[in-house]
Amino acid sequence: MDFSWFPKYLPMIIEGIGLTLALLVISIFIGFLLAVPIGLVQVTGPRWLKWMASGFCTVIRGTPLLVQLWLLYYGLGSFFPQIPGIRDSFMWPVLREGFFYAALAFTLSFAGYEGAIMKGAFLSVPKGELEAARAFGMSPWTVLRRIWLPRAFRIVLPTLGGETILQLKATPLAATVTVIELYGASYQIRQDTYRVYEPLLMVAVIYLALTYCITRLFNFIERQVPQRR
Amino acid sequence: MFIAASNWELLWQWKGNLLSGAISTLQISFLAYVFGLSLGLAGAMGKLTGGKVLKGILEVYTTVIRSLPELLLIVMLFYLGTDMLNRLMLTLGYEAMRINGFAAAVVVLGFVMGAYATEVLRGAIQAIPIGQIEAAKAYGMSPFLLFRRIILPAMLPYAIPGLSNLWLNITKDSALVAVVGYSELALQTKQAAGSTKAYFTFFVAAALLYLIISMTSLRIFGALENYVRRGQPKLG
Repeated sequence: MDFSWFPKYLPMIIEGIGLTLALLVISIFIGFLLAVPIGLVQVTGPRWLKWMASGFCTVIRGTPLLVQLWLLYYGLGSFFPQIPGIRDSFMWPVLREGFFYAALAFTLSFAGYEGAIMKGAFLSVPKGELEAARAFGMSPWTVLRRIWLPRAFRIVLPTLGGETILQLKATPLAATVTVIELYGASYQIRQDTYRVYEPLLMVAVIYLALTYCITRLFNFIERQVPQRR
Repeated sequence: MFIAASNWELLWQWKGNLLSGAISTLQISFLAYVFGLSLGLAGAMGKLTGGKVLKGILEVYTTVIRSLPELLLIVMLFYLGTDMLNRLMLTLGYEAMRINGFAAAVVVLGFVMGAYATEVLRGAIQAIPIGQIEAAKAYGMSPFLLFRRIILPAMLPYAIPGLSNLWLNITKDSALVAVVGYSELALQTKQAAGSTKAYFTFFVAAALLYLIISMTSLRIFGALENYVRRGQPKLG
C-alpha cells in the first residue's frame, strides 16, 4: 500500500467529489420535479399522455443507463454540431461538455424510476380524502396542491433516501463520457501513478462515507415531517 | 427521425455484431444470475443459521457490496480477481495466464449480485410462518427434505418479485463489463456506432434489444409468479 500520491491528487479528488455531488443533486432535484407530472398523468391524465408517460418509464427502466448515456452523449453529441450557428451560441460551452450529457441522462433516468414510484404514491392516497377535499369546494388544482401532492410526497419520502443512494451509485458512469468525477479521478490517478488498488480503495471508502451521510440526511428529513402512525 | 434509409442498411450490415452482442449479454447475465443465486442462497442460510463469525462476515459482504457503485465494484473485482489468480498461479509454479474475459465478467457480476440475492432470499425465508418449519421438524424431516418440501415452495411467492428485479438489474448491469473491455451488447454497439458514425441508429437499436430482453423477462417472471402463487388467495 502506497498512498504517497495522495497530497498531490487531493485537489482532483475534492473536485471529483464536487462533480459527483453536483450530478447527484441536479439529477435528483430536476428528476423529481419531472417525476411528479409523469406520475400524475399516469393516474388522471388523458389517454395519450398516460401512454407517453408509462412508455417513458418503461423505456428508462428497461434499458441500461450506460446505453442511455452513450445514446445521448454520442448521438446528441454528434447531432448538435450539425445545427448551423450552434458553435457561436452561448449554449455551446455547455453542450460541448460530457457533464451536460451525464446530468441529462441521470435526470431522465431518475425521472423514469421515480415517475413509476410517484404513480403508485398518487394511487395510494385514500380516495375519501380527495372526495372530502372536492366536497369542500376545492378546485382540482387546489386539491392537488393542498391534499394530493403533499400526501403522495409523504408516502414516497421513506423510499427517497434509497433512491438517492441508487442514484449516487449510478454517477460513476459519467466517467465513461470524460467527466472526471470521483470515480474518474481514481481512474486518472491509476493512469498517472500505475497504482491499481490504492485509488480504487480510497474512492470506495469515500463512496461508503457519502452513502452514510445520505442515509443520515434522509433520516433527519423524515424526522422533520410529522407522521401519525 | 434520425434513421434514414442508408442507416437501415448500416444496421443490416452490422446486425451480426449486435445480435452476437445481445447473445453474450444474455449468456453472461444468465450464468452470473445462477452463480449469484447460489451465493445468495448460501448467504441467506448462513445469515439465518450460522454462528457469530459467519454472520459477521456475511453482514460485511452484503453491506459493503450493496453500498458501493456497481461500476467501481466491477472494475475493482476485475483487477483484484485477475491479479490474485495470477499470483496464485505463480506461487504454485505455473505461468501467469490470460484471464478469460467471459468467465471474469460472470464471476464478478455474480459476486455482486450474490449480496443482493442474500438479502432477498433471507427476507423471503423469514416471511415463512415459523410454525410451518417447526411442524416439518416435528415430523422428523431432515434439513434437506425440510428445505425442498417446505422452505423452498413457501418462500418462492415472497422471493419471486425480488428475484425478478435482480434479473432485470443484472441484464442491465452486464452492460458495465463493456467498461473493462468485454465485448457484449453495449460495447459491440459502441464499436459499430464508432466505425459507422451512425451513433443514434445503433444506440437506439441497442436500447430496443435491451428493452425486448426486459419485457420478455417480465412476462416470464409474471407467469412464474402466478405459478408459485397457485393455491394462494389472490392479492387485492
